[in-house]
Amino acid sequence: MADAVHPVHGEVHRHPAPTGFIRKYVFSTDHKVIGIQYWCLALFSVFVGMGLSLLMRLQLGWPGQEWGFLKTIFPNAAENGTISGELYLSMLTMHGTIMVFFVLTTAPQGGFGNYFLPIQIGADDMAFPVLNMMSFWITFLALAVLISAFFADSLAPWLGMTAASNVIGPIGGWTGYAPLSALGEKAGPGQGLGVMLWVTSIALFCLASLLGALNFITTMLNMRARGMSLMRLPLTCWAWFTTAVLALLSFPVLLAAGILLLLDHLAGTSFFIPGGEYVSGKLVTEHAGGSPILWQHLFWFFGHPEVYIAILPGMGLTSHILSTFSRKPVFGYRAMVYAIFAIGLLGFFVWGHHMFISGMSPYSAIAFSLITLTIGVPSAIKTFNWLGTLWGGQIRFTTPMLFAIGFVSLFVSGGITGLFLGQTSIDIPLHDTYFVVGHFHLIMGVAAIFGMFAGTYFWFPKMFGKMMNEGMGKLHFFLTFAGVNAIFIPMHIMGMAGQTRRYSFHWNPNTGEGLHYLSNMTPLTRFVSIAAFVTITSQLIFLVNLVWSWAKGRKASENPWEATSLEWTIPSPPPHDNFAGIAPEVYRGPYEYSVPGASKDYVMQNEPGAAEVHGD
Amino acid sequence: MANTLTTDIGIKPGLGAGGGKRGPLGGDPRGPGSDDSKDWPPGWTSEDAAEPQKYRIGMWVALASILMLFISLTSAYIVRGVPALGGGLEDWVPIDMPSVLWVNTAMLLASSVSMELARRALKRNEYARFRTWITLTTLLGIAFLAGQLMAWRQLAAQGVFINSHPHSSFFYLLTSLHGLHLLGGVIALTYVTLAAMRMRIGFKRRTAVNVTALYWHFMDGLWIYLFGLLFFFR
Repeated sequence: MADAVHPVHGEVHRHPAPTGFIRKYVFSTDHKVIGIQYWCLALFSVFVGMGLSLLMRLQLGWPGQEWGFLKTIFPNAAENGTISGELYLSMLTMHGTIMVFFVLTTAPQGGFGNYFLPIQIGADDMAFPVLNMMSFWITFLALAVLISAFFADSLAPWLGMTAASNVIGPIGGWTGYAPLSALGEKAGPGQGLGVMLWVTSIALFCLASLLGALNFITTMLNMRARGMSLMRLPLTCWAWFTTAVLALLSFPVLLAAGILLLLDHLAGTSFFIPGGEYVSGKLVTEHAGGSPILWQHLFWFFGHPEVYIAILPGMGLTSHILSTFSRKPVFGYRAMVYAIFAIGLLGFFVWGHHMFISGMSPYSAIAFSLITLTIGVPSAIKTFNWLGTLWGGQIRFTTPMLFAIGFVSLFVSGGITGLFLGQTSIDIPLHDTYFVVGHFHLIMGVAAIFGMFAGTYFWFPKMFGKMMNEGMGKLHFFLTFAGVNAIFIPMHIMGMAGQTRRYSFHWNPNTGEGLHYLSNMTPLTRFVSIAAFVTITSQLIFLVNLVWSWAKGRKASENPWEATSLEWTIPSPPPHDNFAGIAPEVYRGPYEYSVPGASKDYVMQNEPGAAEVHGD
Repeated sequence: MANTLTTDIGIKPGLGAGGGKRGPLGGDPRGPGSDDSKDWPPGWTSEDAAEPQKYRIGMWVALASILMLFISLTSAYIVRGVPALGGGLEDWVPIDMPSVLWVNTAMLLASSVSMELARRALKRNEYARFRTWITLTTLLGIAFLAGQLMAWRQLAAQGVFINSHPHSSFFYLLTSLHGLHLLGGVIALTYVTLAAMRMRIGFKRRTAVNVTALYWHFMDGLWIYLFGLLFFFR
């Protein structure tokens, strides 16, 4: 084996193992600790976000109902135990922002990517460990600022501002459309200090993501082990790399939009505020000439790549796991890599499909529509290749495998409605209805979350040295898979019935208030709410499984899944510098399962020898 | 059999006396940090050179994201400035260019030239020259920032502020964002200059010089672009 290793060059003491608690677990520069920190931040955020959706579903299913406990939680905003319209919108904004930024963007990339990209390419750490640490702590700060935005109403008096009557944060949704987001307090409660804190949080998050992306790209380009040619990289690495490129090029645009929005608030500029608006009974005279559509362009130029930032790591992981548990090479490895590139590239040219009803020229709309539908091609390539990977495999139905298959299922059922919405003629009536809510929750919300679950069940043994409980894992999978379909499939029907999104209630059967044409949607709405409660409750199984496995789980071996990539060649959990100072050498591609003539049904990437098959 | 991390560097052939091109300033004995394999000390592989390489890649990547920031602000500028695109009012009143901007532009261009002269002097191991040019670059950079503040004062004296009209909003926004980025460059230059003063220009700091030079030229080009955008495309 002597020729299988060669010494790590560069600085020997770049990374001495820290000894104190603070340097080891808090301000650590070790990519593995930072990965776990990101993952914990996402876990905390996802439970906050789910808690908010629980309250929103309570309101939507039983509007006007008085809940005693709401009075306790929100003494101002829900004084009679019902969720006011503003409180609902505020929760909706927080739910969206927390989920998109602090869950979908952090866990798959900052969490798993940070932990496993260096190990999978055979490096001892990220290229810039200190930047990596800064990136996490800026994200942490951004989360703290965002949560404080939720309590803007309570904070305002301390800062010498008037507290709005009964609202607790920004109410513009995660998209924060101008001009209402730019006008300040006069556009509604929570739109002053709340929006300023919200946009500050997003600006900080942009900064953190840029530092992270810089690190990912440099690491992958520059720190691969000897023999790790580009076409021998696990597909997870390609997905993280492409995600980092998307983040690098799209977050600056959001940052620019955020700066302009903040200036409209603080410096009296008029980037987004047109003149002569009549808002909340007052005429806006101090601003003129701005363009609210400009905000939409800048926001969605970021917003659409952001969708792929959320989903691409899940795609990479799904390919990786499907191959591992089918005991077969990934079907069409190169096609998979090029499809990731194609999705990433096309993602920059389709932002207009979020704005079909903004009054854009029909000719632009056709162009955006065509490019949008083109994304169906690489997506179909990926789906086809996933099925090709499964086809004829000796499938092992472990929990990570179930979640990866679930990912494929949700990707298809959520993606297919993207083809509906990508066409202007269908989008115009369905825009701002629950059809859109169902669509993006299935694909970008739940499919991406399934990717994270798959990653957690797959890599938990490596990260913590313990196996997760399979029984609890499978129960968690079946309840969640049934649950999310029960929640989001009916939303498409509601959308076609004309149920508008972002309304705090549609029809109140007790008082006869609301939109009468939606009165027969009440049973379906309640069904969705109940399905949401069951699904949210079943996430506790996951939480229990995490804690139980961490404390009492079976000890994990070096390679419990009989997988081939480099993270499975080192102990579980890995030592401080990953490869104990011995840089691995790579001889083959990452998916060599069932190689004819090989002694086992898998050949590790660092295994030299006669059975050598070139990775490409 | 495996060589371990801790025993590697000390015994690497050719890294002792006479290994790298050691300048009279001492510093890191591991060589010049060049990409060109004929500059490497004997026994070096591409992985030894990977260390400075990562800073260069990192800088190019960072520049790409800075470029995107200014591209998006440019698109905002165009949308806001052309009423047909923004659907807004015809309220676009171009501001009078503060005359000091010509001086600032000349200084920044000169600083780019001196940065390049400094970089080349270092490459030829002409340390005295390097110190002179790098110090001049830093001073020109500081002078540019001071000049930008003067431009702001000139405009403020005319009663033109950030909220006066859209063109002044963009002027203040773009100059301050560019200035902030340039300030980062000045801090990096100051670090390199102080190191040069204390005669500590080794392997790592040569990389710092090269990467700072890249950033500095980019900031120079960015300013020329912004100057043209703000005053010749309005």
